[in-house]
Order: sequence, then C-alpha cells, then structure tokens
Amino acid sequence: MASIAHVESTQARPWLRRFLKPEALTGYFLISPAVFLMLVLLAYPFVLAVWISLTDRVLGEPGKFIWLGNFLKLLQDSLFLQTVWNSFVYTISTVFLKMLLGVILALLLNQDIPCRNLVRGLILMPWIVPTSLSVLTWLWMFDSLFSVVNYILLGAGLISKKIPWLGDPFWAMVSVIIVNTWRGLPFFAVSFLAGLMTIPRELYEAAEVDGALRFRQFWHITLPLLQPVIAVVVLFSTIWTFADFQIVYILTHGGPINATQIFATMAYDVALVAGRIGEGSAISLFLFPALLVVIILMLKYLRRE
Amino acid sequence: MLKKVLGVYLPLAAFLVFALFPFYWMLISSFKANPELYSLKANRLWIANPTLDQFRDLFAKTAIIKWLWNSFFVSFLTAFISMTFGIMAGYALARLKFPGAQAFGLATFITYLVPTTLIFIPLARVVQSLGLSNSIWALVVTYPTFLIPFCTWMLIAYFKSIPKDMEECAMIDGCSRIGAMIRIVLPMAIPGVIFSAMFGFTLSWNEFVYALTFISDTTHKTMSVAVPTELIRGDAYFWGELMAASLLGSVPVALLYSFFMDYFVSGLTAGALKG
Repeated sequence: MASIAHVESTQARPWLRRFLKPEALTGYFLISPAVFLMLVLLAYPFVLAVWISLTDRVLGEPGKFIWLGNFLKLLQDSLFLQTVWNSFVYTISTVFLKMLLGVILALLLNQDIPCRNLVRGLILMPWIVPTSLSVLTWLWMFDSLFSVVNYILLGAGLISKKIPWLGDPFWAMVSVIIVNTWRGLPFFAVSFLAGLMTIPRELYEAAEVDGALRFRQFWHITLPLLQPVIAVVVLFSTIWTFADFQIVYILTHGGPINATQIFATMAYDVALVAGRIGEGSAISLFLFPALLVVIILMLKYLRRE
Repeated sequence: MLKKVLGVYLPLAAFLVFALFPFYWMLISSFKANPELYSLKANRLWIANPTLDQFRDLFAKTAIIKWLWNSFFVSFLTAFISMTFGIMAGYALARLKFPGAQAFGLATFITYLVPTTLIFIPLARVVQSLGLSNSIWALVVTYPTFLIPFCTWMLIAYFKSIPKDMEECAMIDGCSRIGAMIRIVLPMAIPGVIFSAMFGFTLSWNEFVYALTFISDTTHKTMSVAVPTELIRGDAYFWGELMAASLLGSVPVALLYSFFMDYFVSGLTAGALKG
C-alpha cells in the first residue's frame, strides 16, 4: 500500500523532485568531494591530454593545432613501433607468468603448513614495499660488475660465464620481466588464495569418493571455480602492466638501444625530457584503447557474475 | 611425508627465497663498508664487518630526514582525506537511492582502473596552474584521485555487510541520516576503515610517477623519488648509501603492515573477491 502511494506521488510530481528529495540531497552532499576531485584532477586532465595531443606544443611554446599529426607521425616512427612491440612483449609475458606462478603459489599457500600467516605475510612483501626502492635493489643485483645473481649462478655452476643482465637488449627485457613478475606475483597469489578458500571442501571429498585424481580435481573443480577471480585479476594486471613506468624507468631507462622502452617511459622521455609535450601526450593516449578494452571486458564480466 | 616435503615445502621455499632475497640483499648491503661491498673476493652473501657507516653518511650528507618527513606528511594526509571522502561516497553508494548513483559508482570503478601514466603530462599543467608545482601540496591534492576510488569500493562492500536495521531504528528515534552514519554504521565498519586508510597510506608512500613529474627541488621530494634521483649522481652509484636509504624507505610500510597483517590479508581477500 505504502509503496503504491509512493510510486504515484513520484509520478505525479515533476521529475526535478526526484533530485531534491532529502535522501537524494544527502547522497549528493556525500559524493560531492569525490566528484569534485575526479572532475578537476582526472576528467579535465584527460580532456586536456586529448587537446594537447592534437597540437605540436613544445615546452615553453603554445604550439598550434595539427589534428592527428602526432599520431600519424608516431605510427611511422620506428622507435615508437618498437615501443608498441616491447609493451606487448612485456605485458603478455609478465601477466602470463604471474598467472601461472600465482595459481601454483596460491595452491601451495592453501596447504596445511606451519606458520601459515607469517608465510603469507612474507610472500606479500614485494608488493608492499615501495617499488622504486626495491627495483633499485634489483638494479644493484644486476650490476654489470658486482651482480650477486651472477655470483650465485656462477657459484652454483648453473652458468659458465656472466650474464649481461642490463647491458644486452635480450637480457634487459628478461630482467624487467623478472622484476615485474617478482613485484606482481603476491597480488595474484593472494587474490587466487582468497578464491580458493571459498571453494567448499565437500566438492573435493565427493571427487575423492569418485576416485578422481588430484590433477583431475584441479582441472574440473578448482580451475572452473577460480576462473572469475583469475579473470578479474588478469584484467587489472593487464592495464597496470601496460601502463607500467617505474620498473623500466629505474632498471633500464628504456635501454639498451630502446630494447625495453615502453609507452609510459617513452612518453616521459619525449614530453618531459625532450620537451615535446604534444607528441608525449599522444604516446600516453595510446594507452587509452587498452584501458577501454579492459574496462569493457571487466564490465561485461562483472555484469554476468 | 617425503611427498609433502617435495611437493609443498620445497617449492614454497623456492618462492620465499625469490620473494625475500632482494630484501636480504638490501639489508646486508646497507651494513657493509665500501671496501667489503665492492670486494670480489669476500663472501658476498654475508657481512664480515657490520658497520653503520652508510647510515652515518646518509644522515650527515643528504636530506634524508626531510624526505622521510615529506613521505610521512603526504601519505598521512592523503590517507586521511581519502578515507574521509571514501567513507562519505561509499556510504552514499551502499545505502542511499538517488538519480545518478549508479553512474557515479561506475565512474569510480573506471577511475580505479585509469593508470597514472595516462594523464601525468596534462596533470602537470593543471598542478602548475593551481600554483602547486614543486610543492608537496601537489601530491596531497593529486593522490586522492586514485585513493578515493579504492577506498570507496572497499567501503561499499563493508557498509553493505552491516545490517540496515540499527541505523533505521536510530533514524526513527530522531537521528539524522548523517548522524546515523557516523554514530551507528561507522563504528561497525572500523576494520574496513582502518584497512582502507592503511592501504591509502601505503599507496601514497610508494607512488612514483606523479612525485617524479611534479617535484624537482631536492627538499620537497618524497622517499620513493628522492632515493633513485638524488642519491645517484651522474653515473656514480653509491650502493651502500642507496641500499641503506632504500631500507629506511621500506621499513615504515613493512612495520605498518606487520602490525596490521590480519587486517591486511582479510581486507585484501575481501576486496579481491568483491572487486
């Protein structure tokens, strides 16, 4: 009865009333600081980024409108094309490694082990500590002369001569991939662990009664039930890795000979080091399609859940 | 038993070594004197003569105390701001019905996904026109943009898990909506509030791109940027000092996190499941 009266009253009044009822006003008041900050420091800069990317602005000069000039120029620039390639190699290989190792690590952490909480906490360390500082440590570990990684590998007889970790295009890419995997793995493992803990034990007990092997239990029970968490974590990580900056910036600066240059480091170099702000903004904006794809997939996925 | 050692403990130990070795290396490098640090003959995985020289140099010759203070100041303030605005927005989305609520929820979610490297170039201009460039206030203003969406989403989940009955009773008894939120709901959401504030603190403490772009004066830098930019002079790497400084920059978040580890793990898992 009350709800019918409510519906009638809102239909009878002008639409404006819906915005002015006390509950709505309280709502607007509560979200206003967040909305204000997001408009001024997120939406506006984004519009500005699009605008600047359509100009040939350099540091200290206003520049003029050149339509898609920057984008067309970039698509013919071999350095930029290499950056695109590097970004894909970097993202695909690290996300794949983190996913694979993350599932294994989550399964291990889900076992009955002593000091379980301590172990889980220690595993999270690489993800908690400031990345710029831990990557500095990796830079020292990969030092051309004093690399402790080489020291250990040589000592253990696993390699016969020093690996030029950051000095060689191939190994530099390997290095940034290792460090990114190191940093991101905890997030994957702990998220997957949370997913694992929601799977009811009875399912495994039933499977055991049916005589299903461990591997088949994993394939037919664990993996399908873990799939939603895996999908969300992979999507998150894809966009963050694609847009990553600090690991490459500190470890290789994009080198040697641009072998590890990725979108964000190139945008930084072009816009803030070389001062070609228009072109730099255009490079940054190439991250946008990737972001869009991730958002669409994520929304589709979450809506289905 | 042997099966468990080979199948669980051994691989787990390998993961632990992989995760922790860099921190061990950071630790022992910062307590070595230079001759030992750069000796190719010594046992490099151990310290023969522990010394505090690197720390002494760091405090005597660099502005490290100022950088640590800047990091604390910015992280504390931004965590507090984001927590407050996140509580407000999270409560509105969890409890109130108003036109545009869904659109706002979607917008915060998308904002959460936007990487800082997408907009740091124009944002530098916005910061400049606000008169904040080269000041830690540039960070205080910009960090909440990526912290608020996180706190909001985190807290929506917490608020939704609290039954509505109690605040409805309070409101029937004459409490206002905001009064009910502050007196009834907030105390019950304390774990979520602490978690989001702590996480905000950690994210601010670790932030790199904005701090690198907006600040150029030595004395205004935060730890995460000051150590890699100020302590590497040209091509000269003073690894002892660098590692000692990295250690000092890592310990606060590691400590914070070890005190509240249970909150962290439960919050993270709750967030991951709902995210």
